[in-house]
Amino acid sequence: MAFYQNIPFFSIFLAMFAGTVSSVLKRKAARIFNIIVISSIMIASAVLAVFLYREGISYTFMMGHFPAPWGNEIRAGVLEAGMALFFCVIMLLSMLGGHHKLDEEVEETKQNLYYVVVNLLLSSLLAMIYTNDLFTAYVFVEINTIAACGLIMIRQIGRTIEAAVRYMIMSLLGSGLFLVGLVVLYDLTGHLLMSNIREAVTSITANGEYTIPLLVSISLMSAGLAIKSALFPFHAWLPDAYGYSTASSAAMLSSLVSKGYIFLLIKIYYRVIGIDLIRSYRLTDVLFIFGLAGMIFGSLSAIKENDIRRMIAYSSVAQIGYIYMGIGMGTQAAMLASVYHILMHGATKSLLFIAAIGLTDVSGYSRQFIQITGAGYRNKIAGIGFTVGALSMVGFPGFSGFISKLLFAQAALQNNTGKMLSALIVLGISTILNAIYFMKTVIRIYTPVKDSEYPVRPLKEQKLYATVIVAFVICNLFLGLASVFIEEWIQKGLAIFG
Amino acid sequence: MSKLRPSHKDKRAISFQEWMDGSVDPYLGNLEMKPQELKQETREQFEERMQDYARMNAQLYDTEKNTGVKLFRVVFQITSVIWVLLLIGILLLTVSHLPPNGNPDNPANNEVSQRYIERGLQETGAVNIVTGMILDYRAFDTFGESNVLFVATITVLILLRKNKKMHNELDMKEDPDEEKYEPESDNILKTVAKVLVPVIFVFGLYVILNGHLGPGGGFSGGAIMGAGLILYSITFGFEKTERFFTEKTYKWLSFIALTVYCVSKAYSFYTGANGLHSIIPLGTPGAILSSGLIFVLNICVGMVVTCTMYAFYAMFRKGEF
Repeated sequence: MAFYQNIPFFSIFLAMFAGTVSSVLKRKAARIFNIIVISSIMIASAVLAVFLYREGISYTFMMGHFPAPWGNEIRAGVLEAGMALFFCVIMLLSMLGGHHKLDEEVEETKQNLYYVVVNLLLSSLLAMIYTNDLFTAYVFVEINTIAACGLIMIRQIGRTIEAAVRYMIMSLLGSGLFLVGLVVLYDLTGHLLMSNIREAVTSITANGEYTIPLLVSISLMSAGLAIKSALFPFHAWLPDAYGYSTASSAAMLSSLVSKGYIFLLIKIYYRVIGIDLIRSYRLTDVLFIFGLAGMIFGSLSAIKENDIRRMIAYSSVAQIGYIYMGIGMGTQAAMLASVYHILMHGATKSLLFIAAIGLTDVSGYSRQFIQITGAGYRNKIAGIGFTVGALSMVGFPGFSGFISKLLFAQAALQNNTGKMLSALIVLGISTILNAIYFMKTVIRIYTPVKDSEYPVRPLKEQKLYATVIVAFVICNLFLGLASVFIEEWIQKGLAIFG
Repeated sequence: MSKLRPSHKDKRAISFQEWMDGSVDPYLGNLEMKPQELKQETREQFEERMQDYARMNAQLYDTEKNTGVKLFRVVFQITSVIWVLLLIGILLLTVSHLPPNGNPDNPANNEVSQRYIERGLQETGAVNIVTGMILDYRAFDTFGESNVLFVATITVLILLRKNKKMHNELDMKEDPDEEKYEPESDNILKTVAKVLVPVIFVFGLYVILNGHLGPGGGFSGGAIMGAGLILYSITFGFEKTERFFTEKTYKWLSFIALTVYCVSKAYSFYTGANGLHSIIPLGTPGAILSSGLIFVLNICVGMVVTCTMYAFYAMFRKGEF
């Protein structure tokens, strides 16, 4: 076995180890250590991605001395390695971009705990990406849930505590449903390893046994993960959790945590059960409808919002709807669009959250639209970042959002007439609604105000922040302009994913 | 002024403008604005206001007067009952279709459990098959589980730990309610605890150390040790507990436990996956120092669980150690 194949295992263990170590470090040391850990995992994942992309293979890695199904196993392929790389990049940028807010909003003695939570969150995301065992996935879903609660309430104001309680209740309901589904599936198949479950599921469906328990089990798992990833109408926990937590947390929660669950769901559909079976149960149709509803209602809520952070949060509901719409179409092209949308939304939503704090900082820390008038002139780099993010979300050509909308539209054409028409119409309506609230905000931040009471923040005072915004913009442009390469990579990954 | 008070014909344009501004100010141009005076109220006024508030709430949720609430409650209750019944029905239907319990031909009785039972002893060196499974065959999951406990304590610390600096600044060095954390001098409790606590500790240690030989292990033994620690601090007070178990002890104990687990298992996984020779001996099954890493890992898990139990207790009781 080549040495580079150890990288997934090293990444997970390094992140977990970093979580433990951060608990005894001081604030500054913990921060530096956290950055080093994320960057090294990022570089390692990049190496892995390059190697796997060249060879176009996926391989399993035995966690311990015993082969699966007796021991644990992880599996890495082109798609997994790329996803890990992407998650690390976004996490690094989110941490760097929001770290000055962390100093303002979080008690000094609790800051090292924040890094513990972040490192463990990274480990759980990596484990969810790489694992080839459903129970391991469940264990790390638990870590992810608790860590996300910590991320929300590290800033201790009333709204975040309320949001964390709400998140905890909803998310644990989701975990519970996932666990019940997992238990039923184990009872039917006798396995926890994904590839073995697949074999067992194929044989029991061929014999026509256990149709009802299998359907219930898959539905419970889907519902659980849908609640955790805030699919409409299970999004009640989302606006406060994203809107009031500290900026890094909001960026990571929106662009990574929910995406981890979606990735797990895709894995369950493609690797564990098989998408053909899911389609024959018509589960994809259910997800499709909920996705469409989310695209409309998420945007409508965002239009009504008068608080910039909550508006961006509601926009996430709409974007999650897009991803589920793609999963719901159930074709290879739609899945490609969904995975691309995961990337696009991850890169753009974190940019928007990080840019929004730059705008609110120069508006007396108020998030109301009336106060942020003209903020784009007072903090130029944040204004540019927000504009790029907004254009990308709306689907302006050149940015990543355009490509993902194009891919969705192309994928819709391959479906039957009903699905095609509804997908295309809703896509159009949703794009217009997106444009309404995002362009309104962009116009607002570039509306000049005479003798504003708030000071201008020059570029010199915020070099790190400016670098992060520029990096985000580059990331976005890369996704948009090099889309052919990205698509090819996702296609290659999906081909060997199942 | 006339510009500020537009005619009603432009109402749509105005609401659009207001929406653009993000502001709806109905008083603009209609009412002379005066800066508000600082509100000062006496105790009676405050009580009156609170009473009004309570009365208002009572009336608002009085179903006889507010039909909207009544309708909502009825619809909500009916829908939730229907949903729950539906879910119960679905789950009962599922259970009735599951493989019958205890049937030897069930899918779960396959080669996986067979190997655990038949070859578990020689492959892991643990007499207790369950311990062999969770700490050797599936040690990665258990490492995840210990980290779940760890991250849970960290989250509780984030939520409940008092900010000492802020307390000092506010000159709250002496908490007047300090005594309420201390137990009342209950002789029966003290006498019983004096006898019980050492026994509990020894039994907890026994369960942890004996995890690979008989029933027990890190999770159960750690729970026993944690319970003993909590009993000790209930009886003799935090002050005495802090002589040997402070926040620092907690921090370093869980750090050491998780680090040992992480490093040793990383070595074991690395050698296992790459087909290298591992230097960890399995020992003679049945001896106390046997079964390779399982013995060490049980101690680590026990430490983490003990710390977690006590940290939860201390945090919820007092907000600090």
